[in-house]
Amino acid sequence: MSAAHDQGAPGPPLLALRGVSKRYANGTVAVAGVDLGIEAGGFVSLLGPSGCGKSTLLRMIAGLDPPTAGGIAWRGGARPSLGFVFQDPTLMPWRSALDNVALPLRLAHVPKAERHRRAREMLSLVGLADAAGSYPRELSGGMRMRVSIARALVTEPEVLLLDEPFAALDEITRFRLNNDLLRLWGLRRFTAVFVTHSVFESVYLSERVVVMAARPGRLHADIRLDASSHRDEAFRTSPAYAALCRSVSGALEGAMAA
Amino acid sequence: MSAEGIALPRELRLLGLRRSTWPRILAPLLMGLLALGAWEFAVRHFEVPAYILPGPVAIGQTLAENWASLLGSLAVTLRITLLALLLAVVTGVALAMLFSASRWVEMTFLPYAVMLQVTPVVSIAPLIIIWVDNVQAALLVCAWIVAFFPIVSNTTIGLNSTDRNLLDLYRLLGASRWQTLFQLRLPAALPFFLAGLRISGGLSLIGAIVAEFVAGTGGNSSGLAYRILEAGYQLQIPRMFAALALISLSGVAIFLVLSLLSHVLLRRWHESALGGER
Repeated sequence: MSAAHDQGAPGPPLLALRGVSKRYANGTVAVAGVDLGIEAGGFVSLLGPSGCGKSTLLRMIAGLDPPTAGGIAWRGGARPSLGFVFQDPTLMPWRSALDNVALPLRLAHVPKAERHRRAREMLSLVGLADAAGSYPRELSGGMRMRVSIARALVTEPEVLLLDEPFAALDEITRFRLNNDLLRLWGLRRFTAVFVTHSVFESVYLSERVVVMAARPGRLHADIRLDASSHRDEAFRTSPAYAALCRSVSGALEGAMAA
Repeated sequence: MSAEGIALPRELRLLGLRRSTWPRILAPLLMGLLALGAWEFAVRHFEVPAYILPGPVAIGQTLAENWASLLGSLAVTLRITLLALLLAVVTGVALAMLFSASRWVEMTFLPYAVMLQVTPVVSIAPLIIIWVDNVQAALLVCAWIVAFFPIVSNTTIGLNSTDRNLLDLYRLLGASRWQTLFQLRLPAALPFFLAGLRISGGLSLIGAIVAEFVAGTGGNSSGLAYRILEAGYQLQIPRMFAALALISLSGVAIFLVLSLLSHVLLRRWHESALGGER
């Protein structure tokens, strides 16, 4: 944590991947030689077909799996605070929504009153203030995912990693959660790394789309999107959005052919 | 059939139970009463002597007349049963935690736990009664041997089937080994443990009764099995039935109490506790 928070100054990126590879014990190469730098405060999507190693890459960034070659370096040396959102809501069914959100604070021995206050605050931020006492089984799929996101953000992490969090949701719910995620990102200004296989979702959410090719998983294209346009429902139907989707889609097709 | 969202329409309740719960209680009760009526009728109609098959009324009378001594025996048997169950829970959960902590320990000891389980307790009971001086302790060991296996095997499965993602999350959040065990793996194993406990409850009663039969303990601290043996020698068949009725009612009571415990602990989160809503 020695590095100062230099606003916009061109320094080393927050996260630098150099030649990161992952080979499983059975010989399968999931990720091969990925070089990638991610700046602080950005919203980056990792886009690719299934089996391109994007989830593996995310797990390596999180420190859940070590790379078999290459290195992952954080600015300042130490890993910053992370939030992780899984593909499934991954809630503890025996705990209420409030206690699920408060889990990271509980594990860090934050006193009960304090962690409940912060968890409540986070729940109302995702629009679930009334569901604090409900158990996961009593919530809809979309609500469970909101609880999961609230849990990932309750510690106010510098980096939020999301592994296809909305893949299992219906489109209406997904659009709503897309907007919620962007609102939270605007509010908290964490660095977001978002894994998805949806071109539309990646373009709608991010400032930068990293397209990956499969077998072995590697980088194919790195597309920076115009971040100035306001992301809302009007943007979804705008010609600018359609054009961006077309170019990202083209890159993805190139990746599939590669 | 349940609706999406939080608010499920509240079902009508009768005396605190769901209306759909009542048939579950009344139907078997009615069936039982009919069977008892038919039994009583048959015994009277065919004039079956009481030393072959007594009717329910005669059994009830015997139960009332011998209430004090039978209740004393019931207390003795239940004490062994509950102690054995308690011991099975403590050792079973401890062993399951050991098994799940180390594959080596599991590989080494599980076959012997299985061996202990598949050997009929009747065949080991005489040995145990010879080896263990104290009769009560011998009975306890026999009942424990039968009761502990379902708890070990179920809890081990429960501890080993924790959601992988939740384990990753705990690791990511820097949880200690103990935090992961007590706040994640043990609660996640609870439904498995409770399923094992319900089986073990019935088995510990069976184990206690079998051991009492083998031991054939006399004296003033003897259990229900001894009452049955004793009544058999004296050809007092109604008293055999009275003791038998107490045993099976105790078994049912143990099952109901453990089912209730399981329901209370799991009702808000586990699928198995949703039976009433189907």
